[in-house]
Order: sequence, then structure tokens, then C-alpha cells
Amino acid sequence: MIDNIDLSLVDWSRGQFALTALYHWLFVPLTIGLSFILAFMETLYVRTGDEKWKSITKFWMTLFGINFAIGVATGIILEFQFGTNWSSYSWFVGDIFGAPLAIEGIMAFFLETTFLAVMFFGWNKISKKWHLASTWLVAIGASLSALWILVANAWMQHPIGMQFNPDTVRNEMVNFWEILMSPVAVNKWLHTTSSGFVLGSVFVVGVASWFLLKKREVLLAKRSILVAATFGILSSIFVIWSGDESTRQIVHVQPMKFAAIEGLYHGQEGAGLVAIGIMSESTEDSENENIKDFFFRIEIPNLLSYMAYGHFEAFVPGVVDLIEGNQERGIMSAAEKMERGKYAREVLRDLKEAKAANDIVGYEAEKAKFMDPGFQENYFRYFGYGFISDPQQLIPNVPLSFYSFHTMVGLGFYFLLLFILMLIFVYRDTIERRRGWLRLAIWSIALAYLASESGWIMAEMGRQPWVIQDLMPTFAAVSQIDAGMVQVTFWLFAAIFTALAIAEVRIMIRQIKLGPKEGRK
Amino acid sequence: MSNNIFIRIFRFYYDGFRGMTVGKKLWIIILIKLFVFFVIMKLFFFPDFLESRFDNDEERSEYVLEQLTQ
Repeated sequence: MIDNIDLSLVDWSRGQFALTALYHWLFVPLTIGLSFILAFMETLYVRTGDEKWKSITKFWMTLFGINFAIGVATGIILEFQFGTNWSSYSWFVGDIFGAPLAIEGIMAFFLETTFLAVMFFGWNKISKKWHLASTWLVAIGASLSALWILVANAWMQHPIGMQFNPDTVRNEMVNFWEILMSPVAVNKWLHTTSSGFVLGSVFVVGVASWFLLKKREVLLAKRSILVAATFGILSSIFVIWSGDESTRQIVHVQPMKFAAIEGLYHGQEGAGLVAIGIMSESTEDSENENIKDFFFRIEIPNLLSYMAYGHFEAFVPGVVDLIEGNQERGIMSAAEKMERGKYAREVLRDLKEAKAANDIVGYEAEKAKFMDPGFQENYFRYFGYGFISDPQQLIPNVPLSFYSFHTMVGLGFYFLLLFILMLIFVYRDTIERRRGWLRLAIWSIALAYLASESGWIMAEMGRQPWVIQDLMPTFAAVSQIDAGMVQVTFWLFAAIFTALAIAEVRIMIRQIKLGPKEGRK
Repeated sequence: MSNNIFIRIFRFYYDGFRGMTVGKKLWIIILIKLFVFFVIMKLFFFPDFLESRFDNDEERSEYVLEQLTQ
């Protein structure tokens, strides 16, 4: 199968998944971020009794509702694709992937939909405090829903808490808490949800800036900026901290991804962090499209070592170290991992043949190997390398990983600056005169989406060729279906999701232009 | 107002939906979207590959085993 795999099928399947995931992610972070901003605004209303806060809350709630309505169920398409396009993967991951997704579905349904209805329909029908509680529960529910999806994704980046069962050819969950509390999962959840907070804050600051430019709804705009910029500052600091923690995890569990996002080919002690860099042709390996050298870069000395290991002189492995190995640093070569992976696959093949021959003794002997911790640690953990024919396949697209990572990080710091300045302008009551900054804040909404999507591009492209780190390469996960059909559905999705995105923007803009209900003529 | 909890819940949702302003257009989008996703997409374009080709889990696991060891 692996030798004669249709690469166009793999590419189209990957493209389709990427397309739907990126479109889905247009809706999710705004739901996560805006829900908390609503909760803060409504809390201010309940605490102060100021009806203006209620009007402000209801205005943003309408925009939240539009985003939620158009975005709802867009994620279900990804689950369809698991069953159709990625059947070997879906089977292989077993209940580890299915359980968090099922929990997410149930939680999202009960928490979000129940309290969402109360949040939208409950004004003046239930007490202020109950309504406020519903708004908070929608916000908490949205972030908790994201937890389960991110736990499933984190497991793919760092598979733990499972045991491979050769009888069923599935990985079975043996430790739910290890999967849930995996540092990769926890950091991923904290980083992703807080990045949603930042996006929501940029959205509110941007829309409020539009009102100020138009000299409309001035009080609503200033109060909204006050809340969103404050939340944005705290969230941005948290995003930077959680991003740093995430990166520290990556260097341990996905060192190749770490090397790729920094464009580090040769490992070094006291490695510098490339703050800004432009890549061009490589002298390293000019034939390899995935590898590019820096044409220009500004580097902060020793910071990469510190970021990775908390020590300014620490050794950070580069792409070459991870491919060729580095005995001095205890890094196994790709060739050695491939040998071990091939052996693990051979054992599985022997098991299959013993089963076919009805050789119960042989079958049990092979099966026992998969239960042996020594075999698991030394061979099965490299199972995916058994599919790799050339070590170069193990190098992700370095320029794409580098640029997406640096776009995300650079914009993250920019948003922090924007929030601080907008807050200062509001406090000094000079914001209406800062027309350049107001325009910039509006354009920053698009930048927030760019940063958010870049984060996912870095996370998913940087881990290639793996669909499950070290256990299953992406090309081995794909179903043997007609590539033409995948192309058809790719374009179908492109059309549907583009229509949804256009509908969202149009309805949003119309609603923003109308302004809060109380202020309409 | 009725004391029956179910009637009150029904009225809560009924009045809520009736009072929606932007919501009507959104509901049309939601319903069209759900129809396209769950009826057209799922039925015609996204059958479960293993579910639709094999009768039981044993056959499915044998197929995946074959794929992973070839």
C-alpha cells in the first residue's frame, strides 16, 4: 500500500482537511473570546445597575449570536472526513480520539445550547443574576468544549496513556488522566483559548474604533474598548506565557518541529532566536524544497537555548542532528529509528501471518511483544518510522513553519502594544483624535485572524510527516478512495464555507452599522 | 402565567424565537447548512469508509492490519 500510494489522494485529502479546519477556525476563536467579554460587560451591568452596560452587552451579544449561528456545526465536517478520508487513522487511534470528541459533543450540546438560549431569550424573564450566570456558563462552556478537541489534537502531537492492541489493531486508552493532563494538552488548551480571548478583544476594539471614526455610539465604543483592551492585555500576557510553555513542550516531544519553526539546521549551544528572518535558496540541500537558508535575519543571541531549556548555553538540536543523529548529545539518527520502526512493523506482519495460518503459539508470541514495555519503548514508539523510505521525508516544510510561527508571535506582541495604547488613549480621553490608530485597530481584526490561523498552520505543518507523532505518517493514514471524489468535495467545501464566511461578514457589517437597538431611530 | 414547568419552558423558547430580529435570517442559514452537511454531504459524499465496506469490527481490523503491514 505504502509503495504504490496515490500521493495526489494524500495531498487532496490533506488540503481538504486543512481547508475545512481553517474555515472552522474563523468562527471558533471569536465565540471563545467574545463570550467572556460579554460576561465581563454583563457583570458590570449587574454590579452597577447602569442600563448603558446592558445595551452594550446586548449589542455585542447580537454579533456573538451571528458568529455562533453561522459557525455552528462547521466542525462536524472534520469528523465526517475522519471516517471517509482517514479511515486507517480513525481505526488506529480507537477510542482515544473518539472519547474526547464524544465528551465535547455532549458538553457543547448541554452547556452551550441550554445556557445560550437563556442568555439570548432570558432578558427580563429571569433575574439579573441568573441571566448573568447563564452568560458566564456559555463562556466557560465554550472554552471547555475546546478543551476536548485540543486534548485529542494534543494526543496526536504527543501520544501517551494508551496501549496498542494487536488483536484489534487499535490504540486503547489505559490512562484517561494521563491523556487529559498531558502537559502538551494543558498548554495547548491554555494557549489556544487565550489566543481566542485576544482575537475577541481585537474584534471588539476594532469595531468600537469604527464607531469612533464615524463619531457614533461614542460611549458604547469607549466602554467597549475599556473592557476589551483590559481583557486583551491580560490575555496577551497569558498567551505569551502559555506560548512559551508550549514551545518548551515542543522541543521535548517534537524536536524536528522546533528546529523547523526556528529554521535551525545545525544544532548549537547558546542558540540564538531569529526575531526576523527572510529565507531564500539553500546551500544545505538545494534540491529539497522544504529546506531554505536565511537570506537575512536578526537574531537575539542565546535566547533560543533559554526558551527551549531555560539555560542560555543549552544545546538545541537542529534538523541535521535529528536526521543524522548526534551521539555526543544522545540523539538517535533517523536511520536507527527507521530500522526500529521497520522491525515493529515486521512483528505486526508476523502476527498477521500467524493468525492467517492459525498458528496460535506464534500469534501469542508476537502479541506478547506488543505487551512488553521494552518492545514498546524501543520499537513500537518508532512504529511510524517503519513507513519512511527516505530520512528527508522527516523534514517538515521549514519556510512555512518558520513564517507561520513568526507571524503568530510577532502579531501577538503587536496586539499587546495595541491594547496598551488604546487603553491609554481611552483613559486620557484622546482616543477620538487618534484616527490613525483607530484605522489600524480596524485592520487589526484581519491581523488577529491571520495570527490565529498561522498558529494552526505552524502546529499542523510543523509536525509533518506525522498524523500521530512517530507512530503514523500522514500518507499511511489515508483511505484508499478515489482522489477525484476528494477533489470534488474539496471545491464543494470551498464554495460552501466561502459563502458562509461572506454571509457572516455581510450580516455582521449590517448589524454593526445598525448599532445597538436602543440607539436606533 | 401557567404553573406547568413544561408550558413555561415552551413559552420561554416560543417567545424568544418570535422576538428575534436578526435571528430569522440566521435560522434559515443554519437550517440550509445543516441540510447540506447532514443530508447531502454525509449521505452522498462522506460514507464511513470502514463501516460501509465491512460487516463487523473483525473484518475492519483485518483490513487496517493489511494496510499497515503491506
